[in-house]
Amino acid sequence: MTLLTALARLLVFPGLLFAVPAAWFFLWVERKAVALMQGRVGPPFMQPFWDFVKLLGKQTPPRTGIAGAIMRAWPLLAVSSAAGAVGLLPVLPSSGGFEGDLILLLALLELPSICIIAAGFSSRSIFGEIGSAREAALSVSYNIVFLLAIVSIAASQHTFKLEALAGMHPSFLTVLGIIAILVCLPAKLHINPFSLPNAEQEIYAGPMTEYAGPELAMWELAHGLEWVAGTGLVATLIAPHITAAWLAGGLFVALAFAIVLLLSVLAAATARLAIDSTVRFYWQCTLIFAILAISSAILVRFRS
Amino acid sequence: MKLWNRLMCIARRRSPWLFHMNSGSCNGCDIEIVAALSPRYDAEQLGVRLEGSPRHADILCVTGPVTKKALGAVNTVYGQVCGPKAVIAIGSCPATTNVFIDSRTLDGPLDKHLPVDVYVPGCPPRPDAIIAGVARAAAILAERGDNSIAGASGLDSETDETTAVNPPAGDATCKGTQEARQ
Repeated sequence: MTLLTALARLLVFPGLLFAVPAAWFFLWVERKAVALMQGRVGPPFMQPFWDFVKLLGKQTPPRTGIAGAIMRAWPLLAVSSAAGAVGLLPVLPSSGGFEGDLILLLALLELPSICIIAAGFSSRSIFGEIGSAREAALSVSYNIVFLLAIVSIAASQHTFKLEALAGMHPSFLTVLGIIAILVCLPAKLHINPFSLPNAEQEIYAGPMTEYAGPELAMWELAHGLEWVAGTGLVATLIAPHITAAWLAGGLFVALAFAIVLLLSVLAAATARLAIDSTVRFYWQCTLIFAILAISSAILVRFRS
Repeated sequence: MKLWNRLMCIARRRSPWLFHMNSGSCNGCDIEIVAALSPRYDAEQLGVRLEGSPRHADILCVTGPVTKKALGAVNTVYGQVCGPKAVIAIGSCPATTNVFIDSRTLDGPLDKHLPVDVYVPGCPPRPDAIIAGVARAAAILAERGDNSIAGASGLDSETDETTAVNPPAGDATCKGTQEARQ
């Protein structure tokens, strides 16, 4: 991957120029789907954009010293890492990539969640700390399954290169892995039934309690970009290999949209689980499947 | 810059985020606020969102006749809402203290302590009246926000306004929920 294609991927498609409007669109789809499920009309199409602009024009509470600077840095770090994760997705065929970019993608996908934990603790609000502790417990629970699922897919294909994974032929093992990733996505995106960390009203706004104005706008954007990255990862994994670039791009958007719709319907249909039920769900119910997937992937690898 | 100001005006009108503050209300108005967000009235069509944290909110919805016990909390929460902000007095209680007038446990009405922008009378007001009040407050917010941007020192003037009306709020702005923690 040359510098030029890397920049084009990071800044144009599927990077910032595509990902930011897509993030707003997915946030709108989520809210609209929940509203339709509840028999409401829901927010207008441009709502996430207006929210973003309005937040940019609001004031922030005065923050001084290093603690204030650190607090301001977390949302920026979350946005940039989520945007980088979107930029790494192998959406277009033969768009380049390098050996091991899957590992970088996983790290970048994980960074926003670490930022949220750190932000809640550095805000020194008790609600933020509770939210961060919940986010940390949640992260430890779903990440085991998430990582095992992705590693089992990668092990079955003998590669850590995203482009090779995007072009793979579906087998029983990869389907199992993709289902496991889908089960982890609601926790990664903090939507119902795993909306524990930012549990609205219950613990004020969780780690975001002390954030206001442009910083909150960055958190909203980071959340939207996480939607694009998370659903985009699954979309690239299930999309068949197509050589026409425009068709591949269109199929990517359509698949990601379908996954957003699926997750939103799930969010509207379920209520928030308590932290112990969430942890038990991931450690007891899904971990066994993830371990089965990775062990069968390793077995298949040794036999071939 | 002018275009940005106009964009900001539209954005402020179209995305009012509320924080709901109960200052000793009987829960009647609180239920009606929630009813305004329910499927029948669906205030989210106007971009309304009920926020969990006062830091995220643009509009402070106060219900109740401001009891002496709740006054400190009202002032703190008003300080925690970041500018530009508006205050709606929902129901007859915060507007006039209603049937509790002259009670020794009250320190109302609300406009003794905060600059109230919109009054929504009623005991309790209907959800459509509350939505109309929110829309009015959002329009006020759009005008006010434009002015505060036009002056380069919009931030200072807003802080001054806060401290002038409400001395403890200036302190509460920076400490906020840390106070609640101690």
